[in-house]
Amino acid sequence: MKNVIRKLFFNYEKEEKWLNEMAAQGKALIKYTWCRYEFEDTPKGEYIYRVVLLDKQASHSESQKYIQFVEETGAEYVASYLRWVYFRKKAADGPFELHSDIDSKLRHYKKVQAAMTTAALINFATGILCIRFFFPQADVPYTAADTAFGVVGVCLLVFSVILFSLGAPIRKSVRRLAKEKEIHES
Amino acid sequence: MGESTTRGALTEAVYYILLSLFEPMHGYGIIQNVERLSGGRVSLGAGTLYGALSTLLEKGWISPAGGSGRRKEYQITALGKEIVQTEIARLDELLQNGRNIAGGKLA
Repeated sequence: MKNVIRKLFFNYEKEEKWLNEMAAQGKALIKYTWCRYEFEDTPKGEYIYRVVLLDKQASHSESQKYIQFVEETGAEYVASYLRWVYFRKKAADGPFELHSDIDSKLRHYKKVQAAMTTAALINFATGILCIRFFFPQADVPYTAADTAFGVVGVCLLVFSVILFSLGAPIRKSVRRLAKEKEIHES
Repeated sequence: MGESTTRGALTEAVYYILLSLFEPMHGYGIIQNVERLSGGRVSLGAGTLYGALSTLLEKGWISPAGGSGRRKEYQITALGKEIVQTEIARLDELLQNGRNIAGGKLA
């Protein structure tokens, strides 16, 4: 039976937690496209899921090498979206973590942090550009399109602020791990 | 290379990866071997191992070792063995000082 759930996450750790809760209930992710999760029925708790952000798009040869390597360690590639990749492993095969020391956990968090900050900045810059149209220029008649640009611009600015604040948990994790790294390596 | 002897401490993961590669081994083999060597204490994440292997290849501490079939195998190089020896001497010093000062089973 096909189960499709449409959902939007801005926090990959919450997303991963949700996927693992679904798997615990016997709904295992088999396909993902933007905001659309497709599940298959499995025995309860058969799989553990991990979500990871790579350096390059999933289709890039470097990412493909990474995916193949992870698959050779007994995990299964499930889906990908842009630079995000979804893996799963049978829970019977033991714990499943992609990052086992502070250094690599920290590096991954920083990558996610950079991606979120970039997204917020792009929205912010586009918002500013749109708002510029809103202000009438000398000798140019004011049009409805100008108002539309203004409204879109304000929405983008608000969204960029929301995006930035959604990055707070990641920034907190980065600070916590950076501190922990001063005394421990794993 | 310019860094045949390293002064810095190796991470636990790197130390155990280098020890594992005294025999040619592929990625999953390394994970299993490290788990066995550490009595189940150290469980290397595939992502962590992937990053470490790339860095070690770049540094020339390990090299590709042909490999059986599809899976890539790696082995330690002469430089890598030198690094391990330096690390063992460093760990020896740590242990001796620890036992002398704080005591321990073999003090």
